[in-house]
Amino acid sequence: MDLTYTAEERAFRTDLRRWLAEVLPTLPAKPPLEDWPGRRVYDTHWQRLLFEAGYAGIDWPTEGGGRGASPVEQLIFKEECERAGAPYIGVNFVGLLHAGPTIIAEGTPEQKARFLPPILRGEEVWCQGFSEPGAGSDLAALRTRAVRDGDHYVVSGSKIWTSHSPVADYGELLVRTGPDDSRHRGISWLILPMDSPGIELRPLLTMGGSEDFAEMFLDEVRIPVDLRVGDENDGWRVTMVTLSFERGTAFVGELLESMRLLRELKGLARGTGAWRDAGIRQRIGHLQASFDALWALTKRNVSQAGEGGVPGLGGSVFKLSYSEQGQALSELAMELLDRAALAASPLEAEDLGTDGGPVPLGNAEQVEAWYKSISLTIAAGTSQVQRNIVSERILGLPKEPAPAKAGSGSAMSGR
Amino acid sequence: MNFQPTEDQIALAEGVRALCEGRFPLERIRAREGAETVVDPDGWRELGEAGVFSLTLPEDQGGVGLGLADAAVVFEELGRALVPGPLVGTFVAAGLVPGAAQGLAQVGVSVRSDPHPAGTMRMPTLIEHLGSLDGLIVVSGPPDDGLPAGKPDPAVLVDVEKVRGTATRVARTLDPLTPLWRVEDPLPGADLEASSVDGTGAEGSGERLRQRGLIVSAALQVGVAARCVELATEYAKQRQQFGRPIGGFQAIKHLCADMLVRSETARCAVHAAAALADQPDAAEFEAESSGTSPGEVLLGSASGAKLLADEAAIANARGCIQVHGGMGFTWEVPVHLYLKRARVLATSLGTPAQLAETVATLV
Repeated sequence: MDLTYTAEERAFRTDLRRWLAEVLPTLPAKPPLEDWPGRRVYDTHWQRLLFEAGYAGIDWPTEGGGRGASPVEQLIFKEECERAGAPYIGVNFVGLLHAGPTIIAEGTPEQKARFLPPILRGEEVWCQGFSEPGAGSDLAALRTRAVRDGDHYVVSGSKIWTSHSPVADYGELLVRTGPDDSRHRGISWLILPMDSPGIELRPLLTMGGSEDFAEMFLDEVRIPVDLRVGDENDGWRVTMVTLSFERGTAFVGELLESMRLLRELKGLARGTGAWRDAGIRQRIGHLQASFDALWALTKRNVSQAGEGGVPGLGGSVFKLSYSEQGQALSELAMELLDRAALAASPLEAEDLGTDGGPVPLGNAEQVEAWYKSISLTIAAGTSQVQRNIVSERILGLPKEPAPAKAGSGSAMSGR
Repeated sequence: MNFQPTEDQIALAEGVRALCEGRFPLERIRAREGAETVVDPDGWRELGEAGVFSLTLPEDQGGVGLGLADAAVVFEELGRALVPGPLVGTFVAAGLVPGAAQGLAQVGVSVRSDPHPAGTMRMPTLIEHLGSLDGLIVVSGPPDDGLPAGKPDPAVLVDVEKVRGTATRVARTLDPLTPLWRVEDPLPGADLEASSVDGTGAEGSGERLRQRGLIVSAALQVGVAARCVELATEYAKQRQQFGRPIGGFQAIKHLCADMLVRSETARCAVHAAAALADQPDAAEFEAESSGTSPGEVLLGSASGAKLLADEAAIANARGCIQVHGGMGFTWEVPVHLYLKRARVLATSLGTPAQLAETVATLV
């Protein structure tokens, strides 16, 4: 149970800190959330800087052009970037964390040469077309159909939750190539050029009022067969391979951000006098203990990944716990801000302890975090699905009954 | 960094598990339910010979020379097996009280109570296993707000015969395997002027012993919590209702999944607290990145680990009873013993409310 860092790990951290301290002050101002073209420029510029410094694709193997860093180094990278306030992965998310790793593992030499370098250099942006209105937790129910026509697929259907799609160059697309009821066995993985004719995007406003996602409608979109990754009808396995790249660091940034927000909340509680309430103090203490435990769990998951352990299962335990603690944190923030939490733009308090000067309340940031926290138990596998995974794959409890076949008139297939 | 149990630690855990299965099977433990003395001196000596109490004592003092992380692994197994007796007190007393390290003495540990404000009720002071104790160490209580680094009190060894002289046994106890005595408060001889346990009156020794005790008690609780996941899961696989195992119903599966999440996160917290106490460089680094001191890192991690482990043990034992349905409410099925032990441990060396307060001061 070694928590000390090796000389190499310490050197990696020192170099990274030095580089971040040099480069972060040179960044331009962050564009507003609704400015998608601005966000693309900002995020891809950051990716370019990472590339030039040798940090691009930190978790990618060297044969894919990545840095091939160890899981511990990946953890250090995320920790230092978060502590230094470096930009988030932003619009590079799908390319770096999903599409790239999939192409590394399953792509042809031509696909690797064509698509991997532009992701690392911040030249091309990807979006994801997996979920559908009728295929959420039950992704294998997807119905977007691809019909072979010579050396093309003709694709029709609709996708949902396609993030960054307004500025994406390519999409990773799961389509039905097998019979309607073929489920996992009839899915293929395609690269969708986003400038293809027949694509329509409709922004989807989140409850926070931001356009984080879109719906994507595909009407007879022609995709060359050589843009298929993996074999026809083997797309489910191809998708699962991507998940094996996860090294237990998926929520490091969020966890460290939660710890920072908790420190800010303590400051707010001291300022308003709520700190005199033992119940408030104990909730703050309990949250800190939980976040510390999750930080320890992260180190355990990362250590297991470093030895080639099965990733993903410890990740489910982490995600279940973090989702609940993140929501508890945000609920506490809303209570402490009281009616100031009804305002989503920044407010100030008067500091009566000094000269009555204005003190920023941080309410806008906390309200934003509150919106985000509500999606924690839904996005990337709902907590209910995660509990099924934990109880079936770790505890070995019996599986859910198999879903009814399409056409049998059940609710599963009737939509 | 490689934050996983080492091969040696896994072997150590397996060894202790085998010892518990051979020497402390549940039916033998249960034979002493309600007895005035639940500790069998031969079994206690065997624990001592196995190194359970002297694990962290240096080898030149007759100990095993290992760290708190190793002790956490061992105590999780003891908790899992519901081994009764003053395990935590005897562990912290090893090297300080003659015979503790070898399992030839049983030593209790109690927390010094704060002065009671006028107009409040003074709660009774209860000591576990007093009838068979050879020593009793009094450590400082959890720190107050504004004293984040802990109290400077020395740990004090009190004259157990004197304490026993004024004690009355509690007729029936919550945990039938944890006999209790009501004693005078303050404990006779527990004043700060009494000789400190290490003979030097070392400032802060009471707090240091309390933190060691917190970590191994938390490890016992992780053992309780983890065992309850196993018992609930085994029962859910085997118990049939509506023509299928109840473990196939999501309502039961999700209960079990939540139990696993609690025991796994608590275990990581306990291991981290122990590893930080063993590895000054790691504590130093944590302190640097959080803008605190290594002492605060250790206090916070030990308190937080005990808080989460208490919660995991209680919630998992309750969940285990729930999965067992009506049978879980009977005396015969042993799952109630885990809940009762969890309650006993959750009151020792700091209540959940006090532990949460301690962690809050360090945020």
